[in-house]
Amino acid sequence: MNSIPLTHILFVSTALFCIGMYGLFTRRNMITMLMSIELMLNSVNINFVAFNKYLWPEKLDGIFFTLFIITIAAAEAAIAIAIIINLYRSHNSIDVEDATELKY
Amino acid sequence: MSNYSYIVWIPLLPLLTFLLLGLFGRRYVKNFSGILGSASLLVSTVLSLLAARQYFLQDGQLNGVYQKIIAFKFTWLEFSPNVSIDISAVIDPISVMMLVVVTFVSLMVHVFSLGYMKGEERFATYYAYLGLFTFSMLGLVLSGNLFQIYMFWELVGVSSYLLIGYYYYKPSAVAASKKAFIVTRFADLGFLIGILVLAFYGQTLDISMLIERLTSTQSAEFTGITTAGFLGVSMLTWGLSLVFIGGAGKSAMFPLHIWLPDAMEGPTPVSALIHAATMVVAGVYLVARLFPIFSVDGVSLQLVTYVGAFSALLAAIIACTQTDIKRVLAYSTMSQIGYMMFALGVSKQGGESGLGYMASMFHLFTHAFFKSLLFLGAGAVIHLVHSNDMKDMGGLRKLMPVTHIAFLVGCLAIAGVPPFAGFFSKEEILLAAFHSNKLIFGVALFTAALTSFYMFRLYFSIFWNKEAAHHPHDHGEGTFSMKFPLVILAICAVVVGFVPFAHFVTSDGVALETHMDLGFSAVPVGLSLLAILLASVMYRVANDKPDKVAGTMGGLYKAASRKFYMDELYLFITKKIIFPLVGQPIAWIDKNIVDGLMNWLAAVTAKISELIKGLQSGKVQNYALYFFGGVAALGVLFIYIWK
Amino acid sequence: MNLSLLILLPLVTALVILFCNGLKQVRVAALVGSVAQLAVSVRLLLSYQAERAAGNHSPMLFESKQEWFSSLHINYHIGVDGISIAMILLTASVVVAGILVSWTMDKLSKEFFFLLILLSMGAYGFFISLDLFTLFFFLEVAVIPKFLLIGIWGSGKKEYSAMKLALMLMGGSALVFVGLMGVYYQTGSFDLMQIANTPIPLDVQKFFFPFVFLGFGIFAALFPFHTWVPDGHASAPTAASMFLAGISMKLGGYGCLRVATYLMPDAAHAYSWIIILLATIAIIYGAFATMMQTDLKYINAYSSVSHCGFVILGIGMLTRTSINGAVLQMVSHGLMTALFFAAIGMIYSRTHTRMVQQLGGLLKVMPFISTVFVIAGLCSLGLPGFSGFVAEMTVFMGSWQNPDGWYRFATILACASIVVTAVYILRAVGKTIMGPMDDHYATLTDASWNEKLAATILIVGIVLIGVAPFLINQLIMPGTDTIMMQVGKAITQK
Repeated sequence: MNSIPLTHILFVSTALFCIGMYGLFTRRNMITMLMSIELMLNSVNINFVAFNKYLWPEKLDGIFFTLFIITIAAAEAAIAIAIIINLYRSHNSIDVEDATELKY
Repeated sequence: MSNYSYIVWIPLLPLLTFLLLGLFGRRYVKNFSGILGSASLLVSTVLSLLAARQYFLQDGQLNGVYQKIIAFKFTWLEFSPNVSIDISAVIDPISVMMLVVVTFVSLMVHVFSLGYMKGEERFATYYAYLGLFTFSMLGLVLSGNLFQIYMFWELVGVSSYLLIGYYYYKPSAVAASKKAFIVTRFADLGFLIGILVLAFYGQTLDISMLIERLTSTQSAEFTGITTAGFLGVSMLTWGLSLVFIGGAGKSAMFPLHIWLPDAMEGPTPVSALIHAATMVVAGVYLVARLFPIFSVDGVSLQLVTYVGAFSALLAAIIACTQTDIKRVLAYSTMSQIGYMMFALGVSKQGGESGLGYMASMFHLFTHAFFKSLLFLGAGAVIHLVHSNDMKDMGGLRKLMPVTHIAFLVGCLAIAGVPPFAGFFSKEEILLAAFHSNKLIFGVALFTAALTSFYMFRLYFSIFWNKEAAHHPHDHGEGTFSMKFPLVILAICAVVVGFVPFAHFVTSDGVALETHMDLGFSAVPVGLSLLAILLASVMYRVANDKPDKVAGTMGGLYKAASRKFYMDELYLFITKKIIFPLVGQPIAWIDKNIVDGLMNWLAAVTAKISELIKGLQSGKVQNYALYFFGGVAALGVLFIYIWK
Repeated sequence: MNLSLLILLPLVTALVILFCNGLKQVRVAALVGSVAQLAVSVRLLLSYQAERAAGNHSPMLFESKQEWFSSLHINYHIGVDGISIAMILLTASVVVAGILVSWTMDKLSKEFFFLLILLSMGAYGFFISLDLFTLFFFLEVAVIPKFLLIGIWGSGKKEYSAMKLALMLMGGSALVFVGLMGVYYQTGSFDLMQIANTPIPLDVQKFFFPFVFLGFGIFAALFPFHTWVPDGHASAPTAASMFLAGISMKLGGYGCLRVATYLMPDAAHAYSWIIILLATIAIIYGAFATMMQTDLKYINAYSSVSHCGFVILGIGMLTRTSINGAVLQMVSHGLMTALFFAAIGMIYSRTHTRMVQQLGGLLKVMPFISTVFVIAGLCSLGLPGFSGFVAEMTVFMGSWQNPDGWYRFATILACASIVVTAVYILRAVGKTIMGPMDDHYATLTDASWNEKLAATILIVGIVLIGVAPFLINQLIMPGTDTIMMQVGKAITQK
């Protein structure tokens, strides 16, 4: 059962988080940015599940949180894509640099 | 004490007229407004005469002394438990005398205006203002509270303002009304501060109480006000002098007289009422009201004396050179009020030495009749000629016989020719001055002669001099309503001198026995007659003597005809000093420094935000970077430093 | 008498306005609401009189208290004394008049009337609050609508003025808030009556008093923070000018008195010389600055600076009469200046200019408006029979009772301002109402019924106070006495 130590899983989730963060910082395409955010959320999900399993195996709180996050992530994706579509309609682009009306 | 409560109706009736005409006059009672105003004032006059009869002849006296009766009184505004404004009606000899004068003259003016103002567009408004003025003046004379005097004082001021500016579309009338109000307001500032001083040390605003406290040398208040001082002058003197400044402003005493001649821009009947008979004597009345206090303070009384005498002389000199008939009359008013002032100044409180007080009030009384007569006469002339200038007149005696006789009576009265009214009162004044101050007496005598001269100069220039020119708008002498008041006032100008005034009005309420001294009277009367003769030589027939005389006088004549440059001086002070050196710099400072400071603050804030707005790049990824950087920094902080 | 009615009524009116359509419905709703407010205020006055007549001597009447946020001791605590009732009546009259004057406001009328009513709600709430936090809350409610009213419906450089006004007033509230926090942390309470009974050490008072007084002073146009007044008034639409000068500036005066002086009397006594110095400067300086103005609204705005100086002067002199005078002056100036702005608005809406040199002889074509203008002017220059006289004379009388020589000097200077007032008022009247008339004004019409009604309401108030000052004196005297008890303690301790 304990064949895979917790640290391995945490490495995976941290790597996933950093990839997501890197994508969020460097990409200008909104869809990619959204995907990066999803990656980051999923890394958190992994953390929840892993900690739940390794620290308090008799409880289910972590798993419930994961379910919550998945739900919210789905909702968030729906809204974000709606925004992106609208943005595309008005600006003909989904590059974040192009939407600067609210600057200053 | 019997009941005097009907007294309140005397001022209230004109007030009601004012409200009625002011609110509904223009639309509903337009043509009846004159009748309405006159009728209500007739009732007031009758009530005043009744009050006078009751007070002087029936029950005013107690053990031979006229009492001060408070007809009604209620607390209007309480400042502190003992200092409050009470609205009251006080009946004593001078207030009853003034009631009669004010209502009577006002009635005459109301009646005269029926003809004079006929056809004016704002006829109802005119009568409304007259009602307001009469109410205020009556309220003033009935005041038993120093602050009440001040209130009505301001109200007469504003009615005067409204009436001078009656012809509101004429810029000169607007300027004159403004000037009258502001100059008197300036004087009222003195009055107000004087009230503050007197009320603080006297701890009351009630005049009787004030007199009681500030005249008895034992009272704590008297000690307080005489020991306290400022710039080496006692507070009593300060208070009284400041109050006198208020009186001097209203009564057009030098150097605050400059508004009176300009005030002649108002309709002539108004000048007769306000600027001859009633409002302008309010200053004299004020000093008389507070006379017991003035009499214990020699310094302020001296001020009254010298200001009065100087004004009398100055005005008489200027009057000799003016050609606008209303201005001549205005300066003569100023001169006569100067008489009343210095008569008060040379007087003392009580007994024989209170002759000046009696004389002053007597002159106020007679002057009201003959001066309003002169003004109304001048009004009738102006109504016919449509000009104020002597040069446009002459030979009018045949065109307007009634006015002519009435005007002549007025001139004789003011010149002090026996048996006309002015003779009696002026003799008393001269007598009082003679007994007290020979310099003042000399000035008074000289002024009396000048008075006769310029009044007859006026008379001859209007009614004699040259042949009557043809006047295109010739509508004769005017209506009955214009002639009637002239006749009544002319009769008054003859008979009021015979009123045994000294029996009724004296400084201490005790009847005074006066005797005519023929030897003493001979000098002023002789001088007057000489002056009249001189005037008749110069002006009865048109000739070049006046010009020659003016030529020999040179600079003095020029200066006098320019009113000794007083107007220019005031204009210089206001236009050249106050406006550019005080007003404009303040407006500039406000705009540039005070407001500039605020704008500068705003600008600095904007600058700073401009500097730091680069952080708000609008790039989400930058924000995210800051965010994660922050989280990382906090993480490091929590893990390694704060453990 | 439930005081919360005074807050609920405007709130309901404002909500109803939101559901109305078109100018006609909106203005009727606003008028009905404001008349109801006036009725409630009068009812309040009557029940107050009855309660006092029945021998109720407690300093505040009709109190009610509701816990709001107990961990910070914030309560919804309301109650009134005579001073607040005078202020409430003033507010109610100005609101009715303001709504009548804007009867034909067809630009975004719904929003306009909504904001006006909201502003009045803030003012009522402010005047009845006995809890410092609710008081502050309502103060803010009364500030924000002004920004929009000027910014949207204003004229001239309206954005600049709106911003300036909002920023300066917000700055004032920020200062007030700091002061209130100081008081709260010293006494552990936001309750006005409770704080009044808790002695605050002198050094704490001396530290926090300037914040509160200055903060409220900005509302009351205290020199040198008065510059929002001229620009704000000049740019605001007529009703907003009336509200600003008639109500908002009174929030400041009332705050200086009720919060600063009442709660921290020792500091008020210690700083009185500064207060009097600033007030005297404001009076004289405002008067002279007015003399040089040529825009009617600027004339009235600067004269408001001068007149509000009397309020501050009266408070600074710390005598019973002078504080009474300050309250009287607040009421009087509120009515008078609202009337003045109403008259100016009526003239402006017809002639489309407010420059005195372009006007003249208006008496001929609009006798009613001209009369209103003259009455407002005469009240402003302190003519007996109008409220201005009563108020100013009470301030002078009270100020003179302060025996300090320098304070006397300040009083004389303040008195001298009445002459300057006469100069600028008569100049304005002489140039606009009198004098020769320009021909293209010949076809203008006189006031309509709503304008006449608005002016009449305000004039009735002015004349009522001017003719029967004993009525209002009787009303505010117990309130002044409560404040004087605190101040008296402070002065005798010295």
